[in-house]
Amino acid sequence: MSRVWLALVLSGAGTYAMRASFLAFAHRLTQVPPVAVRLLRQIPPAALAAIVVPALVRPEGHLDLAQPRLAAGVIAAVVAWRTRSVALTLVVGMAVLVALQAA
Amino acid sequence: MRSVAHARAGALAVAPMLIGVVPFGLVAGAAPVAEGLGTGVAIGLSTIVFAGASQLAFVDVLADGGSAVVAILAAWTINLRMVLYSASLAPSLAHEPLRRRLGAAYLLTDQAYALSVARWAEDDDEPEARLPYYLGAGTVLWLAWLASTIVGALVGGAVPPEVPLDFAVPLVFLVLLIPLLGTRPAAAAAVAGGVSAVAAGEIGAGPLSIVAGAVVGIAAGAVVDVVAVRARPLGDTTIP
Repeated sequence: MSRVWLALVLSGAGTYAMRASFLAFAHRLTQVPPVAVRLLRQIPPAALAAIVVPALVRPEGHLDLAQPRLAAGVIAAVVAWRTRSVALTLVVGMAVLVALQAA
Repeated sequence: MRSVAHARAGALAVAPMLIGVVPFGLVAGAAPVAEGLGTGVAIGLSTIVFAGASQLAFVDVLADGGSAVVAILAAWTINLRMVLYSASLAPSLAHEPLRRRLGAAYLLTDQAYALSVARWAEDDDEPEARLPYYLGAGTVLWLAWLASTIVGALVGGAVPPEVPLDFAVPLVFLVLLIPLLGTRPAAAAAVAGGVSAVAAGEIGAGPLSIVAGAVVGIAAGAVVDVVAVRARPLGDTTIP
């Protein structure tokens, strides 16, 4: 097996181990302590924001508020809030970004 | 037949997200070919790793002359959030046999996770409906990911560079994030998570900054949650 394929398989194996980590032991989790419930409930907003916010304010790998991705993201957020539509948010967000980049 | 209906509901819920997934998959398929790694590696990444951002990081490291070890570490670091997702889903799937949970783990993605968590939080949720819904969403995502990777690998750089396809990914997560912000703990988790991820990136945390931000956000949300529970009158401390 070549070096690249070995790295690929190890990347995939590690990723699967992370995906399976808690799911594999879920049968021991039938009584989840309230503290754990409280922490688990925070995962979706915390993780999603940790992905979205950097993509809007540091798209080139450094903090930059005067660039079109932040403006397009804010407008898309309003569309997402009013419509809850993935398709509409994507279309508006991408269109605003393309328009601002061309301006 | 009931589980088929739930699987169909999951598949339908994920359909609009494909507008964000397919362009991302095209890029994930085109990038390894453009860097000379070949179509086989492109398809191997999308089936064996099956996690877009880490696939691109893997290709990026190797293309820049980085070692295989660095490529593996980059992929693992970016995918560390899967541990959080796994922990978050596990209590809801505890009633399923191990074999099915291990199969479900392979299909764990940001989109399948976020959709399922939102669906399972609804009032009419029944435990038997959960896994079929998740698998319906996850299978459609997997098929779309693989198909778009193959097309991307074959067609390559047909997408003009001025089309910012990579922006579709944060936009999809934005739609998932916004409805969660209705409660104070969730809003605190999101604000702290987003600000911390940016701060971590600024001090050079690289791919770890997503996990760092998420962990700080979870802690902040939990603290606000505790304060909110204490502020409520006695007898109203149920956890929804």
